[in-house]
Amino acid sequence: MKKLKQTPSQTVGPFFAYSLTAEQYGYDFNSIINDSLADFSFEKRAKNALNTEGGQNVAPIYITGKIIDGAGNSVPDAIIELWQADEHGQYRTTPIQGKNDGFTGFGRLGTGTNAAHRFTFKTVKPASVNGDAPHVNVIIFMRGLLLHVHTRLYFSDEMSANAQDSLLSSVEAERRDTLIAHKIDVDGTTFYEFNIHLQGEKETVFFDI
Amino acid sequence: MANNRDFSVHPPHLYPDYKSTILRAPTRPLMPVKEYLRQLKMPVYGESVIGQFDNDLTKNGQKNGAPIGERIKVFGKITDEYGRGIPNMLIEIWQANSAGRYIHKLEIHDAPLDPNFLGGGRTLSDKEGNYSFYTIKPGAYPWGNHYNAWRPNHIHFSLIGAHLEQRLVTQMYFPGDPLFEFDPIFQGTPKNARPLLVSKFSMDNTEAEFALAYEFNIVLNGKKSTPFE
Ligand SMILES: [Fe+3]
Repeated sequence: MKKLKQTPSQTVGPFFAYSLTAEQYGYDFNSIINDSLADFSFEKRAKNALNTEGGQNVAPIYITGKIIDGAGNSVPDAIIELWQADEHGQYRTTPIQGKNDGFTGFGRLGTGTNAAHRFTFKTVKPASVNGDAPHVNVIIFMRGLLLHVHTRLYFSDEMSANAQDSLLSSVEAERRDTLIAHKIDVDGTTFYEFNIHLQGEKETVFFDI
Repeated sequence: MANNRDFSVHPPHLYPDYKSTILRAPTRPLMPVKEYLRQLKMPVYGESVIGQFDNDLTKNGQKNGAPIGERIKVFGKITDEYGRGIPNMLIEIWQANSAGRYIHKLEIHDAPLDPNFLGGGRTLSDKEGNYSFYTIKPGAYPWGNHYNAWRPNHIHFSLIGAHLEQRLVTQMYFPGDPLFEFDPIFQGTPKNARPLLVSKFSMDNTEAEFALAYEFNIVLNGKKSTPFE
């Protein structure tokens, strides 16, 4: 059977915000994907029995970082998406009915609303999936990227799991750190910092997906 | 080793005529990954996320009347490379108004905003992979890439597919646009693949007394699915 040719990618351009991230940027259109990958409100949690572990609430974590171009400048007009499993290593498979519909595992932010062009997502730390170390799939789009890039975020406090991870192990040793988000505790709140370098010595490993 | 990304259709990361690629294009080869990672299932959205007028951009931004410009219908089918329809895809679009002006706050082109046009919308593909929107035909707009640079008329599309490797952001163009040969974004696409970005005028789907129709079919990556065995 003759295969069809894929539709080519084109850049997301600089003007995506009023459609893809409308609420974040203050446009008069609702958003169905935002900076929160799980709903931490008590009522929903009780209803869905999500984000609970033996009756204990799972503490949120924050994934934060910047996207840095080849001149060392933070990118002010990128869009970043995260897709991850939950604290049991399960991806969301049931249809998502809105942005606060329990654990969605899917988030999206533009880098244009923070003065430092920083993105910060609120989520739960994923567990291992299928023997892979805990990780988050990351997709990035921006003006100047004619096609998007894929990478993966691993956690700095999972070093033994990371050492067993087949994908991470297949990355040249000196570039592995580009895939590690570094844990920072700020007054009891857990942040993982993950900066993405498009070029240069610290260029992030991007995958052929 | 062959890329999973089909670079006979997709543009390269670095295309210096499009100046923004110079500091943003990754410089190292993409790292190959196992098939299970490329075929990771993506989130599925329910009907309830689609508002009443989300697929009708002639209505979803109305404040005190109808938007100005040529009303059109854009429709098509989302398939894999074997022509099989992909249902329940989240399709998000955005575009300039009929004067070539985006509502985006950073856009400074001296053309009027339309108080009744937002330019953003979304829908889900149906069971056969079909989708459609009503909108206003977007105008061309200038940009700062080089002296007298203009983008051809286009509608931006974002698709969240069944698999990670099917995630796609693209642009739909209109047939016969005289700006194609001057646009480094369009020209950055391999020559043989450029026609795949151009919608086709459809008299059959044009609605009498209402709207011209343009067909834009979208083919997503997905080599390994073989239910025909
Ligand atoms: Fe555009």
